Amino acid sequence: MIWAAVLIASVGTYIEKLAGYVLPTRLMEGAALRRLTALLPVVLLAALVAVQTFASGQSLVLDARVAGLAAAIIALIARAPFIVVVVVAAITAALLRAGGWSA
Amino acid sequence: MSRRSITANAVGIGVATGAYGLSFGAISVASGLDFWQTQTLSLAMFTGASQFALVGVLGAGGGMVAAVITALLLGARNGLYAMSLSPLLRLRRGPSLVAAQLTIDESTAMAIRHGEDPQAARHAFWATGLSVFVLWNIGTAIGAVGATAVDDPAVLGLDAAIPAGFIALLWPRLTSRRTRLLALCAALVALVLVPFVPAGVPVLGAAAVALGADALVRRRRTP
Repeated sequence: MIWAAVLIASVGTYIEKLAGYVLPTRLMEGAALRRLTALLPVVLLAALVAVQTFASGQSLVLDARVAGLAAAIIALIARAPFIVVVVVAAITAALLRAGGWSA
Repeated sequence: MSRRSITANAVGIGVATGAYGLSFGAISVASGLDFWQTQTLSLAMFTGASQFALVGVLGAGGGMVAAVITALLLGARNGLYAMSLSPLLRLRRGPSLVAAQLTIDESTAMAIRHGEDPQAARHAFWATGLSVFVLWNIGTAIGAVGATAVDDPAVLGLDAAIPAGFIALLWPRLTSRRTRLLALCAALVALVLVPFVPAGVPVLGAAAVALGADALVRRRRTP
């Protein structure tokens, strides 16, 4: 099942990219479409942040991921590069668990 | 800007995304994908946000359909990039098949920055696209191999790295009060939905609600 998702989504994202070169350019002039495509990443990524931080299956939990997210936000405010943001979050969560302060 | 300095910039962007590919490789394996599934995503899908979303939703038990839809919705912007690049790059059919795969945030931004000089724009697009492709895939491989050696991802805090990766992708897009409000709204709706619908659905539902609310507010303001 994972392979099916990997392959279908890969073909799909390639078709999306290719469509832009093949389809007539006037389709791009639709302001609503442009706006929708620009806003989609914002709402999807925000929802993903929330779910990946607080959800465990179908329940909401508070664990070390919250501290990791807080650390990531501080790193972003400090203009740290992507890899630093991710590593800081992971280390924060790992330390809290190692110290027995968090699940 | 000279051809050489464009190439140097392209390599710099490649190195930065390579480091980010490292975290993708590790997170993907921590989410339950194996090495080859992870590497196939970086080779064949090659668009970071969609890759992170696919493995995030699958790892949370969200199922194939929700994972694929989330990845495709995030990838839709690449089609728009291609439409703006098309008149600038003026490609024949053959090269456009390759260019399509390299059409991502970084290559588009670099090409458009040199939009006033089509030759420089073309060079910026290909140099950035190829450099990111190569280094993103090398990064992915190293990250995936590294994470395969770890038994429990939670010990290393890799589960906390997933939301951190998403917020790092989101952060530069929060450019106005409107986008920040929309993001907050989507996050809250997603959390409210979590207990009531299967994993994977809250993200899609939240996106639909947030965009619907945005459309309603806009219609009211512009009679």
